[in-house]
Amino acid sequence: MSHQQDIARLLQGRSFIELSARERAHSLLDAGSCRELAGPFERLYSPWLSAQGIVTQADDGVVICKGLLDGQPAVIAAIEGSFQGGSLGEVGGAKLASALELAAADNRQGIPTRGVILFETGGVRLQEANLGLAAIAEIHAAIADLTRYQPVIGIIAGTVGCFGGMSIAAGLCSYLIVTREARLGLNGPQVIEQEAGVAEYDSRNRPFIWSLTGGEQRQACALADALLEDDSTLIRQQLLQFMARGLPEQPRHRRSRHYLERLLAMDSAAQADADSARQLFHSGEKP
Amino acid sequence: MSQPTISQRGRDWFHALCGSTPLQKGLPPSLLVADGELAGQPARYVAVVADPHNPFVRARHGEVGLLEGWALAAAIDAAVHADQQETDKRAIVAIIDVPSQAYGRREEAYGIHQALAAAAAAYASARLAGHPVIGLIVGKAMSGAFLAHGYQANRLLALDDAGVMVHAMGKQAAARITLRSVDELETLAASIAPMAYDIASYASLGLLWQLLKVNQPDQPTPADVQRVRSALADALHDIQADPQRGLQQRLHGEHRQATRKVRELLQGQWAENAG
Amino acid sequence: MEKLHLHYPAGAPAAQAVLVGVVASGDLEVLIAPAAAGSCHIVIHSAADGSAARWRAQLDRLFADGQAAAMQMEINDFGATPGVVSLRLAQALEELSA
Repeated sequence: MSHQQDIARLLQGRSFIELSARERAHSLLDAGSCRELAGPFERLYSPWLSAQGIVTQADDGVVICKGLLDGQPAVIAAIEGSFQGGSLGEVGGAKLASALELAAADNRQGIPTRGVILFETGGVRLQEANLGLAAIAEIHAAIADLTRYQPVIGIIAGTVGCFGGMSIAAGLCSYLIVTREARLGLNGPQVIEQEAGVAEYDSRNRPFIWSLTGGEQRQACALADALLEDDSTLIRQQLLQFMARGLPEQPRHRRSRHYLERLLAMDSAAQADADSARQLFHSGEKP
Repeated sequence: MSQPTISQRGRDWFHALCGSTPLQKGLPPSLLVADGELAGQPARYVAVVADPHNPFVRARHGEVGLLEGWALAAAIDAAVHADQQETDKRAIVAIIDVPSQAYGRREEAYGIHQALAAAAAAYASARLAGHPVIGLIVGKAMSGAFLAHGYQANRLLALDDAGVMVHAMGKQAAARITLRSVDELETLAASIAPMAYDIASYASLGLLWQLLKVNQPDQPTPADVQRVRSALADALHDIQADPQRGLQQRLHGEHRQATRKVRELLQGQWAENAG
Repeated sequence: MEKLHLHYPAGAPAAQAVLVGVVASGDLEVLIAPAAAGSCHIVIHSAADGSAARWRAQLDRLFADGQAAAMQMEINDFGATPGVVSLRLAQALEELSA
């Protein structure tokens, strides 16, 4: 993709969701600054998928782009949701973990590299099960390390959403940007229905699923920080704003005492809905 | 729908290792936390166990749910906070026997991913702050539950036993999701190491620091406890002798060649045209 | 999974590397890298078993005349229809000459 195309896209205010992972990364970085690392022509195919007779993708579904955001050094890790449901295997997981680790190492050497993760993922790739899980633990470790120096910003645009071990990674980010098409949850609807029954979780009831885990609800519950229209320009602007804001005073995951108290005080016998969730997250807040 | 059986292993090993050390108060009954010692040094032992009266019904079999995630975070953060001024930070020993994360409507609605993130973050922060963090797998270490409780440890140890299992998804569920029969899944797992369910295959991935043979994993004998205690002490000393606080020690397994190749390549390209 | 190698005569080396598409359901990924003058080598991984004859026919039409640039082409196909295949190949060759 040429820089002229980058600029043209930004001026048009195009859909972000429609872009591929690679295009998303290009559209966010400063024009002309994007450099892809460990890219498709390195042919880092998943050794485990091909061993199972499954067609592989040359980048294993993870795109790492280094460049500038508002003139500041940054790395964007973008997950391609349309390849194997955005699942993370050994290769893609290693790319993501390693990129964030290198960003943290930069900071220890005085280079203030920021991290951005574009989530579009069902979590662990089951065909690479334990190596996917291990890589996700390493991604968690890398985010925890990098957020000691710089904000790590997650973007969940849709339409795959962000699930499994990667929803935990989203929960470690300093800021989360979502759209209405985004979903964020630990367990995929199908798995919950299988484990707990259709009365507990009806995976085919889309309004129900979105009312609990959709971007709008997550933002209303302060589990995400910005709810945006599906627009590349707006998303980039918000990303730059969060970058400029620096590290949050108290990240969500540091409020354990607060949430523990709220959860213990609530009526856990009653089944949950969107309203009870909003009440939980807003109870005890300062007006 | 599946009805998980309740494992006692986490509880039994916790008590075997902590003895009569009093439990920390103010935590949900599904979380056992005690400050004991390891190799003569202070150590905080942590286990998630089944609470049949858990107010969240989908977390009554030892699953890591909303309360467990946030309470783990609180218990670990408290140790980090208490040792802030200490040069020698207390060790944290996670005793791992977790069948899964909790699957339920309340869990998703109330942000279980965030609760588990809090726990993972607390363990990772403790490790980065210099606390030696050791994960001891005595039973199941499944998926999100393991990510929240133990996978951030400097060193992972596991009992060498058929009841010990690390995986991303239980066999039945994985078969359904990948549209395979359990038999097909097992055949595949026999040749694809990361898909296998046995602990020896898991060990071949290089993620474990040590695999420990004991006589009675379910009701540990004094000799078993001694064996595990001494392995934990070895792990503690190994961590203390290691200048690195990351998870680099896990990257050397025979089945992680692709990981190493990707990491080398990325590192090599990272600094090109820097500035 | 079907794996297929095809060789064609070709002209001067391709001027650049090109990537189009994605290994998504009903779609495919095409990678083109420059190769030594005169050689066009195509590797196809296809999820569609028994599709070799179709691939050969479709690629013969494009490359048998030896007029294309010298390249190493890789196709990773996740069940694309012949229509989608044509579209992606046209897109890749267009970007190659852009």
